[in-house]
Amino acid sequence: MKSLRRNDLVMLGIGIVIFAVLQVLITERIMSSFWQLNVIIIGINVIMAVSLNLINGYTGQFSLGHAGFMAAGAYISVVLTTFFHVPFALALIAGAAGAGFLGFLVGIPTLRLRGDYLAIATIGMSEIIRICIMNIDYVGGAAGFKGIPHNTTFAWVFFIMLFALFFIKNFVNSDGGRACLAIRENEVAAESMGVNTTKYKVMAFTIGAAFAGVAGGLFAHSFYLISPNSFTFMQSFNYLIMVVLGGLGSITGSIAGAFVVTFISAALASWPEFRMIIYALALILLMFYRPQGLFGYMEITDYGPFRKILKKGGRDDG
Amino acid sequence: MKFGSKSLKLMAAAVGVALMGSVFAGCGGSGSGSSDEIKVGANFELTGNVANYGSASMDGLKLAVKECNDAGGINGKKINLVSADNKSEASEAVNAATKLISDDSVKVIVGPAVTANVIAESQVATDNKVPVIAPDATSPDVTVENGTVKPFIFRSCFIDPQQGTVMAKFASENLKAKTAVIYVDNSTDYSKSLGKVFKEKFEAAGGKVLDQQAFVAKDTDFKATLTTLKAANADVIFVPAYYEEVGKIVKQARELGITCPILGTDGWDDPKVADIAGADALNNTYFSTHFSDKDDSVKGFIDAFNKEYGHAPNVFAALGYDAGKMLIDAITRAGSDDPEKIRQALEETKDLKVGTGTITIDKDHNPIKPAVILENKGGDRVMVAKIMPE
Amino acid sequence: MEVLQQVLQQLINGISLGSIYALIALGYTMIYGIIKLINFAHGDIYMVGAYIGFFAITQAHLSIVPSLLISFVVTGCLGMVIEKLAYKPLRHAPRISVLITAIGVSFFLEYTSMYFVSPTPRTFPAMFGDVAVSIGGIVINGQQMLILGITAVLMIVLTYIVQKTKTGKAMRAASFDVETAQLMGVDSDRIISYTFGIGSALAAVAGVLVGVYYNSIDPLMGIMPGMKAFVAAVLGGIGILPGAVVGGLILGIVEALVSGFISSTFRDAAAFAILILVLLVRPAGIFGKDVKEKV
Repeated sequence: MKSLRRNDLVMLGIGIVIFAVLQVLITERIMSSFWQLNVIIIGINVIMAVSLNLINGYTGQFSLGHAGFMAAGAYISVVLTTFFHVPFALALIAGAAGAGFLGFLVGIPTLRLRGDYLAIATIGMSEIIRICIMNIDYVGGAAGFKGIPHNTTFAWVFFIMLFALFFIKNFVNSDGGRACLAIRENEVAAESMGVNTTKYKVMAFTIGAAFAGVAGGLFAHSFYLISPNSFTFMQSFNYLIMVVLGGLGSITGSIAGAFVVTFISAALASWPEFRMIIYALALILLMFYRPQGLFGYMEITDYGPFRKILKKGGRDDG
Repeated sequence: MKFGSKSLKLMAAAVGVALMGSVFAGCGGSGSGSSDEIKVGANFELTGNVANYGSASMDGLKLAVKECNDAGGINGKKINLVSADNKSEASEAVNAATKLISDDSVKVIVGPAVTANVIAESQVATDNKVPVIAPDATSPDVTVENGTVKPFIFRSCFIDPQQGTVMAKFASENLKAKTAVIYVDNSTDYSKSLGKVFKEKFEAAGGKVLDQQAFVAKDTDFKATLTTLKAANADVIFVPAYYEEVGKIVKQARELGITCPILGTDGWDDPKVADIAGADALNNTYFSTHFSDKDDSVKGFIDAFNKEYGHAPNVFAALGYDAGKMLIDAITRAGSDDPEKIRQALEETKDLKVGTGTITIDKDHNPIKPAVILENKGGDRVMVAKIMPE
Repeated sequence: MEVLQQVLQQLINGISLGSIYALIALGYTMIYGIIKLINFAHGDIYMVGAYIGFFAITQAHLSIVPSLLISFVVTGCLGMVIEKLAYKPLRHAPRISVLITAIGVSFFLEYTSMYFVSPTPRTFPAMFGDVAVSIGGIVINGQQMLILGITAVLMIVLTYIVQKTKTGKAMRAASFDVETAQLMGVDSDRIISYTFGIGSALAAVAGVLVGVYYNSIDPLMGIMPGMKAFVAAVLGGIGILPGAVVGGLILGIVEALVSGFISSTFRDAAAFAILILVLLVRPAGIFGKDVKEKV
């Protein structure tokens, strides 16, 4: 346990150094506002990817409805900040709670399903959420919710992202996380070993949905306007792509996946005609080259130089 | 086929290097910009759901810019059109606008096409004091927010209340309709607000709206809802929507035996409607738009467009062209590419000849221009009325 | 119009919409049945098929039947090529990687088409005069009946191929267990390739017919029908041919009734809600066998 704590501190230190560097680049206006915005988007995508990874990668439940939970969190938080002038932090927490609760409600019945059946059921759920929002005129309906205060800053995104990373990492290394891993490896075996599979599946699903809700809140408060169009199943595919590209079951992988996907999209912005074609080819090639994703099950801390800095504990001896 | 892992590594490395290169090019190369060109941003829906509308406007804009550059540019300076794709999505519209402003340092932005995307973009543009000309966003709150005019946002199309009023009046006065049903596209502000205006004005004129139904953009099968609308047995059906769906709606309505007049708005103005619905089905339909292609004053534009792209312009292309004309005129009168001066010049736009007629910008940054009502008749369009705004 | 009459008309509308979903779902379910891949590119293959048919009609001035055949063959080959290039190298990779590849193929087809044919929708020229029959105020359209008929015929032909022919037997063997089938002398790669060919060719037929029926095609036309066909396939039980047709018809009828009597804006939500409800009662779809996992 001790080495775990120490590792957390080291990683936190590294995180703060990265934050400081980026913050200086932003305040000194060395980074253009386009790339500033994209750094924020990367942060939000990391939260989305890592929380989806908890469900798909660590618990092995094939969920394709993450955008739906993001939408729920986004709309709850913007209603609170825009109509009721609730402080941003509180609105984010409410968005997370709302999305988490929704995840809980959806999770109990649907998590009985397996594999592709679960996938289509979760797509269905997220589409139902989106269509319901589309039909509520109070939040602008299909045309979108206008006049959202611009509260999301780089610092908010970065520290919430760090929190999400540490929370999910520690959850995975906790008893609950072990149970989730057991479910992923073999659900029947896990159940016969006394793991309450429903409880842990729903738990992972709820936590994942709650973080998607926070990410939704951050997303909404960086764009002045959100519309249900931003949360279609295509968007859920995008998050799945990030997770798989990085490596299912790797937190480092989710960070890398979110970074690569957002980066490719932003860097190709000047060639709109070819952007999606190149993106598609990159996707196919990456899957040929590394079907298990960039990191597979590995974390960056499993690689040589990092092993020396961090005394490895946790994962391997579990 | 199996790639060796070495060649794949090479390929991946090459893609990576190319991408990194583009970032640094984006960071370093911008800002200065050579002084003999004027940078104009085009933020349009080039991929995604409404790519057909965005790219049509883009085509119109490109033509206006090309004509200007071929004629020697503005005071010897060529216009450099920098395009960005917003993937038909509001947050990406903000992203694209930010890129155009910060990395490409454009002086003015044209686009996007869809109202929601323009509203999302308008905040960034206002913060950075870069004027925007929206070619197709017809909702009043694009340029006016809570009663105050957004100083940097302009448009080249007329607004929903004008069209809705015109069509409601036409229905009750010219067609002598007593009852109507409304069928709107629930996914666009455009359609919803036109439906609202029509209902208000039609009922004020003594008519009765029997039913209102909705569909969602990209739907292909409308028969179920049309069956319900048919049962209402109204004198007219009002369908304020875009051409892709309109063509299918008219076709399927006639197939179900609905014979009453169907009314529409400028979203109908595309030759595709006739192609999809067929000339017979399209008889007895009327729509309001910006110009009649029979009008001599717009012949020049239509011919030029035909020559450039090999097909007739639709309404999106025409309005994109108008936006381009407004922009060129404003920069010329501003005498510089300073965004603030361009903004002022745009406000002072007066009696400007554009592709679809002559426009003057009013105090709400909307162009004052007449609406024409066209009737589809035996495969042709006949102008039945030309109505100036009140 | 009386309520009963309206209900009947909505049922007709639903069946005709459903038969389109069913037609696309047939190919979907075949491909799923053999390699357990959610082929997200299926909807886009349907789109490509529609365009090939379109160009055969407008550029080569062929009539509808030869155009359908050309589209059938070319798209079928395209399906086999896609399988060979994109999916075959990943035969032993995790299933989810293949799924991501399928999404990649889907984007690739959508946006390369958009690059070449532009995002503007195209319209088919009028191919044959449409006959509409009106019985007591209920309108039935000739093309609707044609699509329903073709769907039924294709379902029967496919069921025959799968159940009675040698290739079909090999398909079924491979769908149980690719490796064991291989050991039994089935050339699994070839069988999988055939399945992709047939599945894609079916999508092409659907594409051309839908193109003629709605008279409008565009590069993104496959996204929603692809999703709906997947729903239909799951509803009926993935991998089961009659299941796909029944699933498609149920979906179409539900959508028509919801659009007609509630609001078409809730149509898709209702379709998904039905799917989830059915899955909660029958986790493997209506016709699916709930295989108990061996421990």
